[in-house]
Amino acid sequence: MTVKGDYMGMALSIDDLDGENLGYFKHCADHNYHLQKCDDCSLLRYPPTTACPWCASGNSTWTPVEGKGTVYSYLEVHHAIQPAFKAKAPYMVLLVDLDTQQGKPTPDEALRVAANLTLPNGEFAPPEVVKTVGIGTRVRMVFSDVADGLALPQWTIDETATQPAKPWRYPQE
Amino acid sequence: MPLPADTDVSTPKFLRDKYAIVGVGETTYTRGSGKTTRALGTWALRNAIADAGLKSSDIDGMLSYSGNDSTPSTFMAGDIGARLNFYMDCMGGGSSTEALVGIAIGVMEAGLCNCVAIFRAMNGFSQVRIGGTGARSAAPVNGDMLHNRAYGWQSAGQNFAPTFMRHMYEYGTKPEQVAMVKVVHSEHASNNPKAYYKKRFTVDEVLSSRIICKPLHLLDCCVETDNATAIVVTRADRAKDMRHTPALIRGIAGRCSKPRLDMHYQHGPISRVAGYYAKDILWPNAGVGPEDIDAVGAYDAFTFTSMLQLEDYGFCKKGEGGEYVSSGITRLGGKRPQNTSGGHLCEGYTHGMNMVIENVRQLRHDVDDYCPIGPDGKRQHTYDYREGGCRQVKNIEVTANLGWANPATGSAMVMRRGA
Repeated sequence: MTVKGDYMGMALSIDDLDGENLGYFKHCADHNYHLQKCDDCSLLRYPPTTACPWCASGNSTWTPVEGKGTVYSYLEVHHAIQPAFKAKAPYMVLLVDLDTQQGKPTPDEALRVAANLTLPNGEFAPPEVVKTVGIGTRVRMVFSDVADGLALPQWTIDETATQPAKPWRYPQE
Repeated sequence: MPLPADTDVSTPKFLRDKYAIVGVGETTYTRGSGKTTRALGTWALRNAIADAGLKSSDIDGMLSYSGNDSTPSTFMAGDIGARLNFYMDCMGGGSSTEALVGIAIGVMEAGLCNCVAIFRAMNGFSQVRIGGTGARSAAPVNGDMLHNRAYGWQSAGQNFAPTFMRHMYEYGTKPEQVAMVKVVHSEHASNNPKAYYKKRFTVDEVLSSRIICKPLHLLDCCVETDNATAIVVTRADRAKDMRHTPALIRGIAGRCSKPRLDMHYQHGPISRVAGYYAKDILWPNAGVGPEDIDAVGAYDAFTFTSMLQLEDYGFCKKGEGGEYVSSGITRLGGKRPQNTSGGHLCEGYTHGMNMVIENVRQLRHDVDDYCPIGPDGKRQHTYDYREGGCRQVKNIEVTANLGWANPATGSAMVMRRGA
């Protein structure tokens, strides 16, 4: 069944044939993060794919994964392109290394999940919070509900984690 | 240098110097062309064919690339009266020019046709905005795009920014170093009558221009323009009869890629770009190395893209790109000038082809700068690179083009001056 929703004025959808994305976002809608785990080589993968990037197996099982990690890189948009994001600038897209499977199968690989920096309630982080986040910040996953079968995973600062004294940020504020 | 196990470019199959670019042409670089991409494309093709000293009927192969923002070869060939034995229009932006030259060589070598014209026609300012603004920015978001566009992660600058940022983090690359790419390319553009932006910029001007998407200021980003560009490729033995000194093609790497093209950031280090892999095809194929290159066209969709490619193709050590681009080496008059037309940052945006055209003209020793034309009809180059002057590189023999689609995919080409 096709999933459709409106998110900040943007039309989001997943086609009925797109089993991989339907599966991924259904678990997000349940606020219970899952990734595909290869039935043959046992590696988790992100984003959803139709076969295993390491062994090409077509068989996988949705598996719960802890939504915690460290900011590996980021961007900070000051001039938004999409109309839906104009009112959100400056906003961040964080590229986060999940703790799960970090450095596997090779040392420079990780499950790097991209999402916006939000507050715990899923609202976009205000500028004063944006200024505190950079490479090294510890984050946890929250969800922005969009429709039945569709929520977007988001990142928020992990209040319970030990944070770096000064996360790395672009030198010009 | 050692070859990777999965390439066999040192076999007798390689075609070093067997094919050449014999004709180049373009439209003006404008904002608001007032023409269709079909009209722009035929304009550039006619210029390139005339530049070669050929007629439309000599063209029997045609290739083009676009992102659904152009007109296909069928209409172009019809408009100029070329009957084709081979044509193909493919999807793609940056990295396509060099890759399509490789395809042109392949189909000619296979006997499918004799003379191939390659074009890119676009209204990158007045129709499909290359920066991603306009109609595309408000398009519905479906399926796989939910993992990026739904997060406001859509335009080229936004897409590439994690690579740029991570490079600064890992190597201490400074904004003022990267800004020098724009400064140098703008100096070169000031000696190019065709360039859309001819103004020379300073580091301070780059760094005080507004932030678009950290780490990119407005002046770290290329210009958006309306234009078409075209080149003509044929066998080197046929090139002897044509108007200009041919630019012989030494070697090509075509759309060489990092792992995980579905989402390349999964595989690090993400400060590494496709040139890391392409260099092991390009240099052995061409039989030269970076130290042999007299001038470079390093794809400058952004200041950073130019710098990152120079590193991974081996023009400097990994992580030392900031020093390299701010050292003076890349300037006209320096050891290895780059983007001598002003490139995408200043001349105009063509998804890479204008930087190939520039290197062809450099290799002819006949670049179109502000130098006077002598009684023999040839430009009298002064090699005075001050504003409004010369941009011909003295005694240039070998060039490299480094084409960029994104951090994970790139193409490259080495050319040398023919006889």
